Amino acid sequence: MSIALAQRPRPVADPHHFDVARIRADFPILAETIHGKPLVYLDNAATTHKPRAVIDAISEVYQRHYSNVHRGVHTLSQRSTDLFEGAREKVRGFINAAKAREIVFVRGTTEAINLVAQTYGRANIGAGDEILITAMEHHSNIVPWQMLCAQTGATLQVVPIDRRGELDMEAFERLLNDRTRLVSVVHMSNALGTVNPIETIIDRAHRRGIPVMVDGAQSAPHMPIDVHALDCDFFAFSGHKLYGPSGIGVLYGKEALLKAMPPYQGGGDMIRQVTFDKTEYNELPYKFEAGTPAIADAIALGTAIDYLQEIGMTAVAEHEHRLLSYATERAMHIPGLTVIGTAHDKGAILSFTLERVHPHDVGTLLDQLGIAIRAGHHCAMPVMDFFGVPATVRASFALYNTAQEVDALMDGIQQVIEVFA
Amino acid sequence: MLDQIRDLYQEVVFDHNRNPRNFRVIDDATRKIDGFNPLCGDRITLYLKLRDGVIEDVSFQGQGCAISTASASIMTEVVRGLTEQQAHELFATFHRITTGQDDDVKLEDLGKLAVLAGVRAYPARVKCATLAWHSLEAALADEATTVSTE
Repeated sequence: MSIALAQRPRPVADPHHFDVARIRADFPILAETIHGKPLVYLDNAATTHKPRAVIDAISEVYQRHYSNVHRGVHTLSQRSTDLFEGAREKVRGFINAAKAREIVFVRGTTEAINLVAQTYGRANIGAGDEILITAMEHHSNIVPWQMLCAQTGATLQVVPIDRRGELDMEAFERLLNDRTRLVSVVHMSNALGTVNPIETIIDRAHRRGIPVMVDGAQSAPHMPIDVHALDCDFFAFSGHKLYGPSGIGVLYGKEALLKAMPPYQGGGDMIRQVTFDKTEYNELPYKFEAGTPAIADAIALGTAIDYLQEIGMTAVAEHEHRLLSYATERAMHIPGLTVIGTAHDKGAILSFTLERVHPHDVGTLLDQLGIAIRAGHHCAMPVMDFFGVPATVRASFALYNTAQEVDALMDGIQQVIEVFA
Repeated sequence: MLDQIRDLYQEVVFDHNRNPRNFRVIDDATRKIDGFNPLCGDRITLYLKLRDGVIEDVSFQGQGCAISTASASIMTEVVRGLTEQQAHELFATFHRITTGQDDDVKLEDLGKLAVLAGVRAYPARVKCATLAWHSLEAALADEATTVSTE
């Protein structure tokens, strides 16, 4: 690669110490005050904030390198193309894909799932076939399949969950059958925090020759991902939940599957040759990237990945697990608080309800204290129905959160309870 | 610490949230409608008994946040006995005060409804306060489907 963004030297991290103060200094927005209080940002499952390096990368691309990619012979087009393809290579390394052409840039996880449904799905799934999802999916891993079912006459099957928010794996094995054409499963639930045993799910499905799509929107920001070791067929995640920009995301697909799939959208960059008689499609991954992509955002996603790689995803996961354990322990001591989602294997999401106080009221009151949480159904209405609640309060942690912020949340909840007493 | 939010969460709001008025089913209701706020999952079923163009009885059931519950409760108190036209005009006034388009409205003329005027400072919560009123509007128009705040 002939071009790289400017390097900004940072002090070398101590590998034995997770220096959260040093990390916080990298995120300008954490210096904001909300209603006169320091911001306590605990809505990271919705979206994460951006380190200065990511913000600077976007600015640098537009100020120094920007032009359209894969187009011109001029210098800026070449620079943008090199940076853009360099970001693709960073994504490949981040999830340990075999080849960069297995990395398709999309707008986000939602578009990635729609892409698979409308290309792989339309080509391989027909009337009488079954698509298997789970009861803890985000709407974005439900609705695209419902649309495909309406188009093809296939049916959607749903693996149930139990009261802890864990998958019923016996039911999963029973539901896999000769009509199952695809399994699409969330790696980590955004509403419950549950981390699903996708290794087992992929193994069982593959024994029957059924491909597996993994929704990694929540998992990719919080744990190391190795698509080669997982052997999943498709894996999707979003840039904005990974400390990168919004509007850019990733679909990984095994090369053989992507090659056989019809294109998603028609347009520029996805073609090799166009006449009015016929069009020859471009090679991977460009076949799936019609139109001018989110160039600066893709490059800045590469910067976010550099940032995370330097800290190490294992260290991130350990830090967030410590926060979750502490938050869960403190929450257990608050009378009237019920944790929703108590799976054995959980990511850093604490979803809960309070007796006599609606989540929406909790959200407004905590905001007055500078604390940002999510109150609602988290785009997972079937999960809410299962637990018999209209909504939950959700605190979701990121690498820049601290035990002091957990304390601020718990003290804030105590105040909310007093106000409503 | 949370004193500054008393403009939204006044004592009257807490009182109606804890003990909602007219929280019951009307067996011989002439109109019944389900209201839904997809943003937060609040649901309300509104019962209306109309006779000769007058709201003879009105009640609600459902689950929602303090703002939507209190607003529904207060609404059932203030619209009983009104004509359909009067209720419609009150909805229009209420909509204006909750969205801050109320230069010509005197809060002291609003009676009980005035306690909900504070919601205008919290745009994310306006739909909570207006869910019951949108349901009432739809019930008066005799729309048979679920109304949504979206």
